[in-house]
Amino acid sequence: MSYEMIGISVLWIFLYGYIIVASVDFGAGFFAYYAKLTKKDHIMNQLISRYLSPVWEVTNVFFVFFFVGIIGFFPDTAYYYGTALLVPASISIILLAIRGSFYAFHNYGAKKSNIYMFLYGATGLFIPASLSVALTLSEGGFIVEENGTVSLQFAELFSSPLSWSIVVLAIVSVLFISAAFLSFYANRAQDTESLKIVRGYTLFWGTPMIVSALTAFIAISQHNERHFSNMMDLWWLLGLSVGFFMIAMWLIYRGKYYGLAFVSIMLQFLTAFFAYGIGHYPYLLYPYVTISDAATNETMGLALIIAFIGGLLLLIPSLMLLMKLFLFDADYVKGKK
Amino acid sequence: MEMDTVLLSRLITAMTLGFHVIFATIGVGVPLMICIAEFVGIKKKDRHYILAKRWARGFVITVAIGVVTGTAIGLQLSLVWPNFMRVAGNVIALPLFMEVFAFFFEAIFLGIYLYTWDRFKNPIIHWLLSIPVVIGSMFSAIFITTVNSFMNTPAGFVLEGGDLSEVNPIEAMFSLATPSKVFHVLTSSYLTCAILLAAIAAFMILKKGASSYHKKALNLMLAVAFVFGAINLLSGDTSAKFLAEHQPEKLAAAEWHFETEKNADLILFGWLNEDNEPTGVIRIPGALSFLAHNDFNSEVIGLDQFPEDETPPLWVHYMFDFMAVIGMVLVAVSFFYFVLKKLKKWNELSKPMLLMIVSTGPLAFLAVEFGWIYAEVGRQPWIIRGYMTVAEGATTSPYLGLMFFLFLGLYIVLAIVCLTTLTKLFRQNPVEAELERQYPVKEERENDEL
Ligand code: HDD
Ligand code: HEM
Ligand code: HEM
Repeated sequence: MSYEMIGISVLWIFLYGYIIVASVDFGAGFFAYYAKLTKKDHIMNQLISRYLSPVWEVTNVFFVFFFVGIIGFFPDTAYYYGTALLVPASISIILLAIRGSFYAFHNYGAKKSNIYMFLYGATGLFIPASLSVALTLSEGGFIVEENGTVSLQFAELFSSPLSWSIVVLAIVSVLFISAAFLSFYANRAQDTESLKIVRGYTLFWGTPMIVSALTAFIAISQHNERHFSNMMDLWWLLGLSVGFFMIAMWLIYRGKYYGLAFVSIMLQFLTAFFAYGIGHYPYLLYPYVTISDAATNETMGLALIIAFIGGLLLLIPSLMLLMKLFLFDADYVKGKK
Repeated sequence: MEMDTVLLSRLITAMTLGFHVIFATIGVGVPLMICIAEFVGIKKKDRHYILAKRWARGFVITVAIGVVTGTAIGLQLSLVWPNFMRVAGNVIALPLFMEVFAFFFEAIFLGIYLYTWDRFKNPIIHWLLSIPVVIGSMFSAIFITTVNSFMNTPAGFVLEGGDLSEVNPIEAMFSLATPSKVFHVLTSSYLTCAILLAAIAAFMILKKGASSYHKKALNLMLAVAFVFGAINLLSGDTSAKFLAEHQPEKLAAAEWHFETEKNADLILFGWLNEDNEPTGVIRIPGALSFLAHNDFNSEVIGLDQFPEDETPPLWVHYMFDFMAVIGMVLVAVSFFYFVLKKLKKWNELSKPMLLMIVSTGPLAFLAVEFGWIYAEVGRQPWIIRGYMTVAEGATTSPYLGLMFFLFLGLYIVLAIVCLTTLTKLFRQNPVEAELERQYPVKEERENDEL
C-alpha cells in the first residue's frame, strides 16, 4: 500500500471515530434539552453529564486530528477547501465554540439557564449539519476554480437536493446513534427510568434514519453518477450495513443486549461509511483533487506515518486507562464515585 | 480590494491568536503550578495546599476556552491562509500533526486527574497523574513553536520554480530559530502563570485579609515567579542574540538601528521625528552590541543592509520595549517581596506591595501579547521568510469582513462566559467552606502553620 493510501485510510477511520463519538455527544445535547422541555430532565441529565463531562475534550481532539491530518497528508486540500469553506467552516467553529463553553458553564455555572440549555441542544443539531457541508462539497459541482480563484457556489449549494438530504441524514444519524448509546449506558448504570425514555428514542429514530439514508443515496445518484455506480459495486458492504441495522433494531426492540446493539450500530455505520469513502476514491474533491495528486512528498508522508504510530503507542494505553476508570468502572457508571 | 483581503486576513489571525495565546499560556503554565502545589502539599502534609485542587478547577474552564479557540485557529490557518498552508503543509506538517497527539495525551490525563482526587489511597499516585499533563502541554507548546520558528528561518526544503523538493521534516522542525524560541516561550509561560496565581492570591488578601491559605499561595508562586523570571531574562537575551545572528532586520527594527555600526547604543522608548531620527529616547551606550553579541564593541547589522520593502514596520520598537521592561519589573517585584519578607521590621503584606503584585498579573499577559506582536509583525512582509510574503499567502475569499465581526462577537462572548463562570465558581465555594468539607475532623489545626 502506498503511503497516501495508508494516510487516507487512517484519516477515514479517524473521521469515522469522530462521527460516532461526536454523535453521541451532539445527540445527547438535543435530548437533554428535549428532556427539559418535557420535564424529564431530572432523570436524564444526570446520566448525560456523568458520561459527557470527562470525555468531551477527547471528542474534540478527534476532529482536530482529522483536519490537521488531512492538511498534512494532502496539502492541496488546504487550498481548495480552505478557500471555499471560509464561511461554512467559520460557522461550524462558532457553533463548536458555543458548545465547548457550555461545558465550562455547565460544570460550574450557578444555574443551568434556559438559554444555555437551548444553545446546547440546538448546536447539537446545527454542528453536524454545518460539518456535513464538507461531504456535500466533495461530490463536486459546488466548488469552482476560475482564473486561479477558487469560489463556492452558494446558490447551487442551497438549492441542491443532495446537500439537504445529507444534512437531514447527518442530523437523524446523530440522534439515532446517541439514543442507542444512551440506552446502553443507562442499562449499565441500571437506571431503568432513563432507559425507558432513551430506548423509546432509539426505536423512534430508526425509521427516519434508514429513510434518509436511502434519500441521500438517491440524491448522490442524481448528482454524481460515478460515485453512485462505484458504491453499487460495493453492494455487499451496503447490504451488511442494512443487516447490522436490523440486528440492532431487533435487539433494542427486545430490550436485550444493549451493548451488542450499539456495536451493531457502529458496524452499520462503519460499513456504510467505508462504502461511501471507497466509492469516492480516488477523489478528495471532485474533480479537482485526487488522492495521488494531492499527496504530500514521500519523506513527509513517511514521517507522518511514523509519528502516527508513535502517537498511537502513547495514546492507546492512556485511553484504556481513561475507559477503565470511567466508562467501564461499574461504580462510577452507577454514580457512586 | 486586493489589499483589503490581506489586511483583513491579518486582522482575523491577529485577533484569534491574540485571544488564543492568553489561554494557551495558561494551558502551558498552570499545570506546572498545580503540580508543584500538590507536591508541596503532600510533602508537608499541609491541607492548605488544597489550592492545587482549586486551581485545577478553575483551570478546566480556561482549558475549555483554550480548546475552542485553538480549534478555531487550527481551522483558520487553512481558511485564511490557504496558499501558505499548501506550501507549509508540505514541509512543516509534522509538528502540527504531533501537536495533536500532545493535546490528546494532555486531554486524557487532565480528564483523569480532575475526576480522581479521592480515588487513590496514596496521594502520590494522584500527583503522578499531573505529570503527563505538564509534559503534554509543554510539548504542545514546543511543537507549535517549531512551526512558528520555521516561518522565521525556513529550512528543510529546496524551492525551485514553484516546486518543492528534498523535503526534510526534521530539519524544518529544528530550524535555526527553534532553540531560542522554544526556550523563551516556555519560560515566559511559566513565569506568566506563576505571576497570575500570585496576583490572584494578593488580590484575595487585599479583599479578605491574610489567611494562611492565601499567604502560602502567594509565597509559593512568587518564589516560582522569581526563578522563572530570572531564567526568562536569560532566554529573552538568547532570543535577541539569535535575532542579531539570523534575523537582524527584526532586531534592528525593534531598536531603530538604521546604520550598521560597532558599539551600538540601546534605545528605549522615544519617537521618530520627520527625518526618521529617534528623538526623546533613553540611550544606553553600547548596550545593543552587548545584547546582540555579548560584547560592547561588536558590530550590529542595521536596516541599511536590507531593501526598504523587506523591513518590518518600525512601531515594533514599542512592543519590544514594553515586553523587556515588563520582564525586568516582574523579576524586580518578586525579588523585592522576598527582601521585605527577610527584613523582619518590614511588612511584605503592606497594601502598596500587594497592589503592586496584583498589577503584575495583567502586565505579564501584556508582555506575552507584546512579545508575540513583536515576533509576528517583526517578520513582515514575510509569512515564510525569504520565500512567501503575507500577501501571497492570504485567501481570496470575499467574505472576510463579515467573518471578522462574527469572530469578534464570539471572542467577546467567550471572554464574558469565562470570567463570569470563574468568579461564580470561586464565590460560591470559598476556601474556608471547602477546607471544612474536605477535612472536617482536623478543625482545631486551622491556624497552626506560619
Ligand atoms: C511574560 C512574557 C515575556 C517577557 C517578560 C519577555 N518576553 Fe520576550 N517574548 C515573549 C514573552 C516575554 C513571547 C510571547 O513568548 C515571545 C513572542 C514570540 C516568542 O518567541 O516569544 C517573545 C519574543 C521575544 C523576542 C523575539 C524572538 C523571535 O522573534 O525570534 C525577543 C528578542 C525577546 N522576546 C526578548 C526579550 C527580552 C530581552 C526580555 C526581557 C528583558 C523579554 N523578551 C521579556
Ligand atoms: C503555526 C504558527 C503560526 C502561523 C502560521 C502564524 C501566522 C500568522 C500570520 C499569517 C499572521 C498575519 C501576518 C502578520 O501580521 O505577520 C500572524 C500574525 C500574528 N500572529 Fe502568528 N502565526 C503562527 C504562530 C503564532 C503564535 C504561536 C502566536 C501566539 C499565540 C502568534 C501570534 C500572532 C500575533 C499576535 C499576530 C499579530 C500580528 C499583527 O498584528 O499583524 N502567531 N500570524
Ligand atoms: C498558530 C498557532 C496555534 C495553533 C494552530 C494552535 C492550535 C491549537 C488547537 C487546535 C487547540 C485545540 C486542541 C484540542 O482540541 O484539544 C489548541 C489548544 C491549545 N493550544 Fe494552541 N495553537 C496555536 C498557538 C499556541 C501557542 C503559541 C501555544 C503555547 C504557547 C499553544 C498552546 C495550546 C494549549 C496548551 C492548548 C490546549 C488547551 C489548554 O490547555 O488551554 N497554542 N491550540
